[in-house]
Amino acid sequence: MSDKIIMAHGSGGKLAHELIEKTFLNALANPLLAKLDDSAVFDFKGRLAFTTDSYVVKPIFFPGGDIGRLAVCGTINDLAMSGAVPLYLSLAFIIEEGLLRDDLIRILTSIQATSKEAGVLIVTGDTKVVDRGSADKLFINTAGLGLVPNGVNISGSNAKPGDKVILSGTMGDHGIAVMSQREGLIFSTLLSSDCAPLNGLVADMIEASSRIHAMRDPTRGGLATTLNELAAQSKVGIRIEEEKIPVRDEVRGACEMLGLDPLYVANEGKLVALVGPEDAEAVLEKMRRNSYGREASIIGEVRQDHPGRVVMKTRIGASRIVDMLVGDPLPRIC
Amino acid sequence: MKFVDEFRSSELAQGLVRSIQHHSTRRARFMEFCGGHTVTIMKHGIRQLLPPTIEMLSGPGCPVCVTDNADLDKAVALAHVPGVILTTFGDMLKVPGSRSSLQEARADGADVRIVYSTLDALQIARDNPARPVVFLGIGFETTAPTVAASVLQADQEGLHNYHVLSLHKLCPPVIKALLDSGEVRLNGLICPGHVSAVIGSKAWEFISREYGIPCVVSGFEPLDVLQCVYMLVSQVEKSECKVEIAYRRGVRPEGNQRALELMDRVFEPCPARWRGMGQVAATGLRFRKTYQRFDAESAFDFDPGPTLEPKGCICGEILRAVKTPRDCQLFGKVCTPASPVGPCMVSSEGSCAAYYLYGAAE
Repeated sequence: MSDKIIMAHGSGGKLAHELIEKTFLNALANPLLAKLDDSAVFDFKGRLAFTTDSYVVKPIFFPGGDIGRLAVCGTINDLAMSGAVPLYLSLAFIIEEGLLRDDLIRILTSIQATSKEAGVLIVTGDTKVVDRGSADKLFINTAGLGLVPNGVNISGSNAKPGDKVILSGTMGDHGIAVMSQREGLIFSTLLSSDCAPLNGLVADMIEASSRIHAMRDPTRGGLATTLNELAAQSKVGIRIEEEKIPVRDEVRGACEMLGLDPLYVANEGKLVALVGPEDAEAVLEKMRRNSYGREASIIGEVRQDHPGRVVMKTRIGASRIVDMLVGDPLPRIC
Repeated sequence: MKFVDEFRSSELAQGLVRSIQHHSTRRARFMEFCGGHTVTIMKHGIRQLLPPTIEMLSGPGCPVCVTDNADLDKAVALAHVPGVILTTFGDMLKVPGSRSSLQEARADGADVRIVYSTLDALQIARDNPARPVVFLGIGFETTAPTVAASVLQADQEGLHNYHVLSLHKLCPPVIKALLDSGEVRLNGLICPGHVSAVIGSKAWEFISREYGIPCVVSGFEPLDVLQCVYMLVSQVEKSECKVEIAYRRGVRPEGNQRALELMDRVFEPCPARWRGMGQVAATGLRFRKTYQRFDAESAFDFDPGPTLEPKGCICGEILRAVKTPRDCQLFGKVCTPASPVGPCMVSSEGSCAAYYLYGAAE
């Protein structure tokens, strides 16, 4: 077995079979995947949630995670944000020739561990190998299927004036952890990516309240962009307080140094929820008991005034607009 | 976080705001020269907290914004010289020149790389000995010494493929030019913090002496700026006129001699073109003869083409503090950070971008 992935591994021939059987199935085996049919076939009843995403993070290994864990978590989280229980994922790998097989195995092992943690199955997949320069080590495309429980109706357009804005934890950990490893920008930090599957946290929240109106994970573009999306979709104003947004000292330090605003830095294991005020405390309490929501806090509320706009009370007591992220000051972070 | 939280304390800020409101009786117009201060003021909503007696103007202190289109075009043309690797701070990438930005040049195949320090550019030069590496030298007295240091380092190492396009600019003489024009009347100047860390607060004494304008050097945290405004108000109320430092943890009266020496060894003052102000004597920095071979302008043959200015853009007047971003018809409509017409909407320290991104919530 060669120690690097070469073009022939994507040929569909013998080497391709060897790669799938020895490397992929070895790591990811489950009965649905192991059948190796052209598609996975399974029974399904109820309201479906269906999502897709692509992962191109650079570098593919970063403190606290890797492109594999990121792909699984990102897809699961997109399903969970609609209140769905994630069940099945597909993974398609676009591999640049020359990728070390050991690196691939490390990523597959991480995928398996993450999907186990989250209770989802990888039921179908694909592998392509492209020549050097046509991809950057490894890209992963995913799709995810989930089941939306009866009575759950969570959407970015459902926020209502009076809702409390609950944030599940600190902002910016993922973006800064990835940037710290970036070529030309290597700085040392003890920080880890927050990359995590949030379906368990969401299940706890739904159990605590039927008034979770909107939910979203503030990934690329950060909290500022996510809140703007929610404000626009629901045609409401959102008012938050700078002082109440948790940000780690390491993240704040790095942001000061790099001229970034933590509100625009990506997260991969955090969510923001807009919850009816009568249930907000109960949801918060439940979140804090989950390991991925320990630092959850209420950071603001939904308002009738200034629809479509996010306004923040600054630390020194004035207020300002918080706009969407414009352009891309950041390297590829997801 | 140490050295940040202390300077963002809401209690202390409220205290300073009360003191300012209590003391300020005379109408006063203050200008923050530096784009970094404009961002602090907008981002933390400081203007809303000041009494109506105080008017704040934003000055020309954003090195990206004041770079003239003719100079931007040189950078773009250099990037297109075959073989050249153009290295730049990220801020310059998106600024539209006459026909193209560096970002567009990169999309057209030019090798344009973002660096975070001149040391990165030197490393690229070491790693690519067969290719010329040009560093786009944009910045004030804060940046120029680090560029000078990179030139001396390249000289010492015999790195013959390292060049700098020196578009550096000097702050005190351009403020003098601004005041001499008579377009803007000021009752106080918020002097740039990091520039003053290099040149020292003494460099501003001629402004209080010759123009009768109180000067206070400020840091970049909200408390720094509020303290600075408080000190300016105190001077105005007492009819005093002197240079003070509200940023003692960073600035000394005599500045940073070592940095000044580096800058002086490599560069000498020359006329420079400022957006909106035209050519201003002794506000630029060019290579001294000894280091001429590092000068990208004389090392390459390139044609920047004729200079074009964006129609309807009033960045020039905004930089001279004659107008504010909200006076611009393009502001927020045609011109946004996503599709900027002028540089003040591109740079993170540009007035237009700061007004657009953090504009008061009222």
